Amino acid sequence: MVAALTLVERQFALVILFAITLCGLALVVPSAGTEDPICFHGLLIMAAGIALSFVVINGYFEPEPSPERLTEYFDDPTKIGIILAIAWAVVGMFVGVWVAALLAWPDLTIDAAWASFGRLRPVHTSGVIFGFGGNALIATSFHVLQRTSRARLCDQLSPWFVLLGYNLFCVIAASGYLIGVTQSKEYAEPEWYADIWLVVVWVVYFLIYIRTLQRRQEPHIYVANWYYMAFILVVAVLHIVNNLAVPVSLGSAKSYSLFSGVQDAMTQWWYGHNAVAFFLTSGFLGMMYYYMPKRAGRPIFSYRLSIISFWGITFMYMWAGSHHLHYTALPQWVQTLGMTFSLMLLVPSWASAGNALATLNGAWHKVRDDATLRFMMVAAVFYGLSTFEGSFMAIRAVNSLSHYTDWTIGHVHAGALGWVAMITFGSLYALVPWMWKRDRMYSAAAVEVHFWLALSGTVIYVIAMWNSGIIQGLMWRTYNDSGTLAYSFIDSVVAMHPYYIARAFGGLMFLLGALVCAWNVWMTIRSARAHREVARDTADSPILVPSGATVMAKE
Amino acid sequence: MAEFFHRKVERTAIGFVLAIVAVSSIGGLIEIAPLFTIKETVEAAPDMRVYTPLELAGRNIYIREGCYACHSQMIRTLRDEVERYGPYSLAVESKYDHPMLWGSKRTGPDLARVGGKYSDVWHVAHLINPRDVVPESVMPKYAWLQRNRLRTDDIGLHLSAQRAVGVPYTDEMVANAGRDLRGQASPDSDDATGVRTRYGDATNVRAFDGDPQILTEMDALVAYLQVLGRLTEAAHPTRAAAAK
Amino acid sequence: MDHDTFVAFAKSWGLFYLMAMAIGVLLYVFWPSNRRRFDRAKNSILDGEDRPGSKGNGNREA
Repeated sequence: MVAALTLVERQFALVILFAITLCGLALVVPSAGTEDPICFHGLLIMAAGIALSFVVINGYFEPEPSPERLTEYFDDPTKIGIILAIAWAVVGMFVGVWVAALLAWPDLTIDAAWASFGRLRPVHTSGVIFGFGGNALIATSFHVLQRTSRARLCDQLSPWFVLLGYNLFCVIAASGYLIGVTQSKEYAEPEWYADIWLVVVWVVYFLIYIRTLQRRQEPHIYVANWYYMAFILVVAVLHIVNNLAVPVSLGSAKSYSLFSGVQDAMTQWWYGHNAVAFFLTSGFLGMMYYYMPKRAGRPIFSYRLSIISFWGITFMYMWAGSHHLHYTALPQWVQTLGMTFSLMLLVPSWASAGNALATLNGAWHKVRDDATLRFMMVAAVFYGLSTFEGSFMAIRAVNSLSHYTDWTIGHVHAGALGWVAMITFGSLYALVPWMWKRDRMYSAAAVEVHFWLALSGTVIYVIAMWNSGIIQGLMWRTYNDSGTLAYSFIDSVVAMHPYYIARAFGGLMFLLGALVCAWNVWMTIRSARAHREVARDTADSPILVPSGATVMAKE
Repeated sequence: MAEFFHRKVERTAIGFVLAIVAVSSIGGLIEIAPLFTIKETVEAAPDMRVYTPLELAGRNIYIREGCYACHSQMIRTLRDEVERYGPYSLAVESKYDHPMLWGSKRTGPDLARVGGKYSDVWHVAHLINPRDVVPESVMPKYAWLQRNRLRTDDIGLHLSAQRAVGVPYTDEMVANAGRDLRGQASPDSDDATGVRTRYGDATNVRAFDGDPQILTEMDALVAYLQVLGRLTEAAHPTRAAAAK
Repeated sequence: MDHDTFVAFAKSWGLFYLMAMAIGVLLYVFWPSNRRRFDRAKNSILDGEDRPGSKGNGNREA
């Protein structure tokens, strides 16, 4: 890690780490002596800064890397990003199974604040969305960016800053929920200081992306990069606007949102829905448009269609957020606008899903034999299904039934497990052997096992939630013959019990699949290391074509 | 022309960035910006009061414990919801809510009008172990709220921050925040007298958790739950008229 | 700017904007001379090249 940095970069890294440690100190000093949780986070940031400083100092006097490195791609951050993504997947999904079990058996925890459902739930959502999804996006985006631009990342230090800085944000977020630090804005729970830090990290991420794109050796920017760019840019806009807040004091973790009531609701769901669009869709579509053709060995079915759906998604998603607020105190014209655009969104969404499936048309024998490609195929199918379901649920009349029920949870997980996680696992199974210079994953059988665990877990989860959601919705609005409500609220809670058990079981299967993945990736890395030690001098792995290296000499 | 434009936009990555920002930001601008300008968004409610310091502290505990993940505070304009929970929620009722807690899921029932529906004793028992009062409940236990003393040292700063984002706390309210915080849960103490003068006669002043001596997080949360839906009578036109 | 102006603006110019954007995108996508760029782009990711720098072999310079 440190050995690949030049001496100047090592010095610069120490300066940055020193600054980070000072930032931590700046949170500790005003809150010292109070019981404010920000003090803990300040200490955490200082610990991270100091620990990483030791890592840098430890490698400080190693020989500088040779200029040869500039003729190769810079993949170290991608490798660490993959490992972090899988670690977060295991943590986030474990907490997910735990909170799912708590809804079936509420006393399955200890009498401590941190272990209660309300504090664990955001650890699950942030852990899987930002920890797993975010790290996978950063890792794959660096890989795709370099390969499609035929250019090395513009710099060696800043990718580390982005990756590790982002994970510091994730740790502050997750640990914060456990000690009671949250803004309550769904999927934007972290407090003001974590939000500011994420902005810094994100700006650097954006600069890496744009600077590397400008060095590209290809005339055209490959479409996967469009999606990654939209992800980076729009998430920045959403994050900044939705998190505008006034802290109670510099020594307090608590802040109050700049917006209130109906304006806040609209801002929050504009954010919330577009977090789904640009974090959980756009970036992962970028992944799909690179790894799926690559793995199938066939170009994307229609490049034009991918461009049309890109602009469609980028334009229309932004209008759709208000469908989260049907029949509420939000003005009706905003609700109607949200519903209309949600329905129109089906067109670019299905264009993307269809484009992906048409790419595989003619390679079905590969899909049959290769579980990695099958992960991607199933992801595209679930993408199509959940975007259809999303448009359907945005219709006011449907929403009157589905809103506030488990149907929403089922819909979200059809997208999150079926689409986001599946395309990620498929891409990682394709990427890991490339990164560690192996022909294939350590165990093809384990990929197969993971595939079936993931698919059956998803199906069980989603069907359980469809059932419970629709039953719940119907029970709430059922009248008896005398014209009064037929069921009390607790009747509907009792009716949910079997479905909550089934949901926890489906989630458990998905978690087991992720554990199999973690083991398989670990064994692949270990075998790569063993292989390297045996044949240290047989330079390149056989799948590579060593040519074109001379061009970079002019740099 | 368009072709030239696009190629230009795409060749220089910066142009491409601007194109994405321009295309994506329109929707949000059109939907959100007018909400800050139109009068219809938030109706007038002259009787609307702000949260007392104790209720605000309780609200922050509600947020801290993630209650909003399972309880909504937004009754929709649907017959069954109005019959189950009470008059549908008006925008004005959450105009001092920074942030709003409308919620998105009802694993438990809506709480927009739970204030006054149950006794303090019921709430305390229910929060300590929900299954003591509702055997089939799946709600977590919150027994530590009764054990934890409420933090009081920074309440004035909280009110100032609220004022900075637009909640009309007066100088007097900010200056007396600590006294009001303690007084509202300790009805016989000297601190109790000012609470009603500053926040109105209808304000609940009592020992919410049953113990007037020790100010706990339970006091704050129950005080908050008991005021939900009761900051204004705007949603109850007949009740408001009767009061006049 | 008051609410009515806002809504009127959104309803008229928003629609024009949407149509102009759609036409622009379609023109770009179906412009005959762009076909070559797109074909190159869509095939360019498939060669086995794994080093920075512009392409030598394996890629069609159509």
